[in-house]
Amino acid sequence: MKLMRRQRHDTEPWSAFDELNRLRDEIDRVFQSSFGDMTPSMGFLEGWSPAVDLFEDRDKFTVKAELPGMKKEEIEVSLHGNTLTVSGERKRQQEHREGENYRSERYFGRFQRNIQLPQAVETGKVHASYRDGILSIELPKTEEAKRKQIEVKTS
Amino acid sequence: MTTATQPQQRQMGDATRRHSVMPSVNITASHDEYVLEVEMPGVNKEGLEISVEGNELTIIGRRQPDSVQGEVMYRETSDADYRRVFELSSDIETGKIRAEMQQGILKLHLPKAERVKPRKINIAD
Repeated sequence: MKLMRRQRHDTEPWSAFDELNRLRDEIDRVFQSSFGDMTPSMGFLEGWSPAVDLFEDRDKFTVKAELPGMKKEEIEVSLHGNTLTVSGERKRQQEHREGENYRSERYFGRFQRNIQLPQAVETGKVHASYRDGILSIELPKTEEAKRKQIEVKTS
Repeated sequence: MTTATQPQQRQMGDATRRHSVMPSVNITASHDEYVLEVEMPGVNKEGLEISVEGNELTIIGRRQPDSVQGEVMYRETSDADYRRVFELSSDIETGKIRAEMQQGILKLHLPKAERVKPRKINIAD
């Protein structure tokens, strides 16, 4: 995690915002103890990889992906069999190329995540929305998948 | 409403410190301002708390309550609050800091000036 966090300008003295190292250490510790194992695999050399969650209830699966700072049109969602693919490209805004850069921790460029769903879903009824930088996808299970589920529970 | 399903720690003030994660930030500067972009997916305007005390800028982002129903099968995201503190240089006009929030990105404009005045910042639409 630490190795992958890019700080392209960390050798430059930064007069305006001198980060409070004490606080950073404290937070890093919290990160490692609680979330160390949950860190998503980052595409280190090419692109980046958003964090995703998968939820299941009786009728559907819900996938959430953290994609802050995008436009709805820049996100692609597709389904091949039971594999859900979320991909797209986060573009750097023009103003970032001008002026001085003091810190560059955000990732830009292409990303892709494949999420394997445990059961078949209704391809035509998948619904996606994007709000507060979070993509939410609802995937209703097929009638067959629901029936199988009940059979397993009652046997 | 959905708040009833939230873990209790959200209600406790001090818990913010213990259950917080550090958001990623980009900082750029032009001749007249610094611009901070802070990544806080899941946070909207209502969940933001930005304050300046002395020369410390504190940014706290509380995520919107999770409305998803069902069992967690796989989880990579955290529901902890975002928190990050910056030390401001004296050339920032703290009274004129402008904030905007869009799709999980907080954008702060910090105009360069001669003097520093401590002040609470209002968040614009």
